[in-house]
Amino acid sequence: MASTIFRSFQTHPLLFHPTTLLRRKNVFLYCTLGSAQTQTATQEKVKPQVKVSHLTQNKTLENASKDYEAVIGIETHVQLSTLTKAFCSCPYNYGSQPNTSICPICMGLPGALPILNFKVIESAVKVGLALNCKLALNSKFDRKQYFYADLPKGYQISQFDVPIATGGYIDLDIPVEFGGGHRKFGITRVHMEEDAGKLIHSDDGSYAQESKSNFGFVDLNRAGVPLLEIVSEPDMRNGIEAAEYAAEIQRVVRYLGVSNGNMQEGSLRCDVNVSVRPIGQLQFGTKVEIKNLNSFSAVSRAIDYEISRQVLLHSQGQDKEIVQETRLWEEGAQKTVTMRKKEGLSDYRYFPEPDLPGVFLTQDYVHGIHKSLPELPEMKRRRYEKMGLSMQDILFLANDINVAEFFDTTITKGADAKLAANWIMSDIAAYMKNEELTINEVKLSPQELAELIASIKNGTISGKIGKQILFELLAKGGTVKGLIEEKDLVQIVDPVEIEKMVEKVLSENPKQLDQYRGGKTKLQGFFAGQIMKLSKGKANPGLLNKILLEKLNAKS
Amino acid sequence: MLSTLQPPRSLSHLCNKPTTLFLRHTSLKPLSSLSSQPVTDSTLTGQSQSQILSTRDSLLSRQITAAQLAESFLTRLRRTEPHLRSFLHVSDTVLAQARELDEKIQRNEEVGPLAGVLVAVKDNICTAEMPSTAGSRVLEDYTPPYDATAVRKIKELGGIVVGKTNLDEFGMGGTTEGSAFQVTANPWDMTRVPGGSSGGSAAAVSARQSMVSLGSDTGGSVRQPASFCGVVGLKPTYGRVSRFGLMAYASSLDVIGCFGTSVADAGILLHAISGHDRLDATSSKREVPDLASQFVSISLLESKPLKGLKVGLIHETLDDGVDIGVTSAIRTAALHLEELGCSVTEVSLPSFSLGLPAYYVIASSESSSNLSRYDGLRYGNQVASDELNSQYMDSRAKGFGSEVKRRILTGTYALSAGYYDAYYKRAQQVRTIIRKSFKAALDEHDILISPAAPSAAYRIGEKKNDPLAMYAGDIMTVNVNLAGLPALVLPCGFVEGGSAGLPVGLQMIGAAFDEEKLLRVGHIFEQTLQNCRFVPPLIADEDAPF
Ligand SMILES: [Zn+2]
Repeated sequence: MASTIFRSFQTHPLLFHPTTLLRRKNVFLYCTLGSAQTQTATQEKVKPQVKVSHLTQNKTLENASKDYEAVIGIETHVQLSTLTKAFCSCPYNYGSQPNTSICPICMGLPGALPILNFKVIESAVKVGLALNCKLALNSKFDRKQYFYADLPKGYQISQFDVPIATGGYIDLDIPVEFGGGHRKFGITRVHMEEDAGKLIHSDDGSYAQESKSNFGFVDLNRAGVPLLEIVSEPDMRNGIEAAEYAAEIQRVVRYLGVSNGNMQEGSLRCDVNVSVRPIGQLQFGTKVEIKNLNSFSAVSRAIDYEISRQVLLHSQGQDKEIVQETRLWEEGAQKTVTMRKKEGLSDYRYFPEPDLPGVFLTQDYVHGIHKSLPELPEMKRRRYEKMGLSMQDILFLANDINVAEFFDTTITKGADAKLAANWIMSDIAAYMKNEELTINEVKLSPQELAELIASIKNGTISGKIGKQILFELLAKGGTVKGLIEEKDLVQIVDPVEIEKMVEKVLSENPKQLDQYRGGKTKLQGFFAGQIMKLSKGKANPGLLNKILLEKLNAKS
Repeated sequence: MLSTLQPPRSLSHLCNKPTTLFLRHTSLKPLSSLSSQPVTDSTLTGQSQSQILSTRDSLLSRQITAAQLAESFLTRLRRTEPHLRSFLHVSDTVLAQARELDEKIQRNEEVGPLAGVLVAVKDNICTAEMPSTAGSRVLEDYTPPYDATAVRKIKELGGIVVGKTNLDEFGMGGTTEGSAFQVTANPWDMTRVPGGSSGGSAAAVSARQSMVSLGSDTGGSVRQPASFCGVVGLKPTYGRVSRFGLMAYASSLDVIGCFGTSVADAGILLHAISGHDRLDATSSKREVPDLASQFVSISLLESKPLKGLKVGLIHETLDDGVDIGVTSAIRTAALHLEELGCSVTEVSLPSFSLGLPAYYVIASSESSSNLSRYDGLRYGNQVASDELNSQYMDSRAKGFGSEVKRRILTGTYALSAGYYDAYYKRAQQVRTIIRKSFKAALDEHDILISPAAPSAAYRIGEKKNDPLAMYAGDIMTVNVNLAGLPALVLPCGFVEGGSAGLPVGLQMIGAAFDEEKLLRVGHIFEQTLQNCRFVPPLIADEDAPF
């Protein structure tokens, strides 16, 4: 049946309907979905190499970890948000119906040829420059060959020995709560390649593996979507550093606008390599690769788990149990489990892609792109630092390019940087969190935030009124001036007017006045509250208190 | 043998052929008496006249209808096909398309330059309305969702695709015996191979089953069958014609080429399919000169029309291992060129013999990759299995023939870690040397000439179990693919064999993108080659070709 559907696609691409790609007898389709669970169960059984209970493990570890050092390198795949795929004109939208965004080229039909989308080069150059890499003016594409059901051509178009960018670094600041400090991690290379399709998993979400028949469907929407693979130097030493490295890559690609960097959707995928060696040893330990890391915290936790696992094996003299393998991070169980052992090096039989001409960049082109680069996260952080903001503020503001831009616009409108940062980090951030909105979705504009800050500073409104107005602006928009006028919120600064109000309140509360004058001076607050209420919150608090005190004490 | 040849006395030259055959051919009944059917003139007896041009004239002057013309070809096709088996699929809409064209002509509407031209297409070139199998079980009954760019262009210019022609599976072979479906016979002697891999396309044109045809040439697959079947074969410069829709064998070598019964037809067809295509990143953006309008009539030629043209006869192509009859025909052709005013000198290309091994390493390597997509999962034949790897293995084991498997294995080996440098990389270095040596020779000469193959057509089965002997047959042609150059093969003589002799092809190699010069020289050559009608015996006795 699948085959029939497929044939109809060949002549009428638009009629082709989802979900069936791998042609397969129905019998298999059913077995397939069933056998996925067995698969996971088998993995569970194979896995236990650590034979110690968690309690003992922790104690042993604390002692052992001092003697060992972890070496971590990360391969990050960044899916580029180009309008069309890397080598054909199919669009890609995450989550669209399976096999609705495919054509003869990305399906690998006979006779179809790749045509390079030049936006891919542009993005690669941007990322290469942002990561301080050296760009190869003459690079090329190569074919990486292997057979798998999600790889329609039987090879992936990638870059092998001449990647477009090499030898860079990335700067980042570790958050204060994790010890703080500045770090610089090396970037080995950045290269362009195309994504593979997706095997559609069984309902329990377990991974399909080649040695089992637990796959039946392939969705080729993702096949041919452009990726950048960014390979780090093995410069990281713990889970936090690795997670922060990945987060910085995410910030960089988002700042550059080349990817949405979304980990849940798989637009940013991290495979980490972890090895452990006794401190002082130059040679690296056996490297284990970890996959299936869908968040930065998963990156951090998976690495720390894996380090502990390896340290434990080392400390127990079982370091031979550490083998070159790919392990999966299991979020539920919070541990890594063996996915597949590597039997020797896989031979991808790379050779230059004959269907595509070489990639030639001119110095002018590179300069042009360099000039057009936006301010990158590291530059922003250093600028904010010079403004005197705290590292906590800096990291918060620079973390999200939209927040950073909001902040930058607010201060260019004349607002005080620290005040603006405070407003954004406290009330605005809280509002965004409660309402689950991004900064671009709230109705408040940077212009109005600047106006609000100015109005408080110059005394037009009180801080308290300011807060009220803020929430009004966040939810409904409008201008500070308009709201002040509309609601008659201008602060009362006329002493005569305030004096009248003070007198009114004092005369209306003779009992309390007597008590105050009898020594219960705490009642000042009560009076102040009543007066403020009478002024509908508009009385200048300083003036109010000054006059109130005068009146309270005058007649005693 | 050479010494016995008399220098030609006149501009026109008698081609090298056994006397008896010569007599037989001159006695071929002149069909010009069939005044009502002017097209037949050029079809069977003309001075290698353009069938395309005369078709256009006859249609526009209403001497014949497109339907009549199509019917005459289809009749011949039906008669000869049981003997030849050139087609894997014959279109059932040829007559309907021809009638549609006739209506257009009736209404005085503009028709394209290929209007009514019947074109056969090699089956590794995608056609949306007909199966495209590349001669492989793995693609049995597969119909692509699109036309190859070359096919699309032909259709847009009014050409009618007659059918899909037989080939060695995926273009890998030199006899067409490597087809998974049938063996094509040579129209000159049905016990012999038509050559390959475009044997079906060559035989179809030779037997006038179609006027022209498309083939593909990776290592000689247009030129060698052209030589074996006595037709004109044109391999354009790499990048001149879009490869989009050509099922890749070796991407850096593959080109789509043209067959015709005259140089003019091959040139006109090439002109129709040439040019940059945004669907093929390796297609050239160079402008295509007007290849179609330079075919001067013989009556307008001066006495030394090729005066000053420097021709290099490649020394290494006349070595031992080349049939004496072939060498003799080529030397005679060289004399003919001299007679036309060329200066012919022998030129040595010391790297020539390196071409064969380099070619087989590169072509096999690329094919091992290009054929990975035939896994039976998305299209083509699938062997059901409950496990992915065995499904791959079973589908490919049953889907591919032995020659394809041999090349996939060779290529996989050559690209493997540890062997890459010794094979693939080294072959690429050799390729650079070959390219340079051809460049140097073509800086000194306008064109280079050589045989198109070391022998004329051999017998079916003769080399089937000796792949090395078959590979050696590609010696004349593979260098040209490695260098990416254009080459024209045209019949220049005969050797003994069959009932009427066997044709021998002369290969002319030009500088990159200079197809124009090859066509000009080739056209003059064939126009001045007298008493050599390359019409195979299978149809030579046709009394009423319609
Ligand atoms: Zn596509």
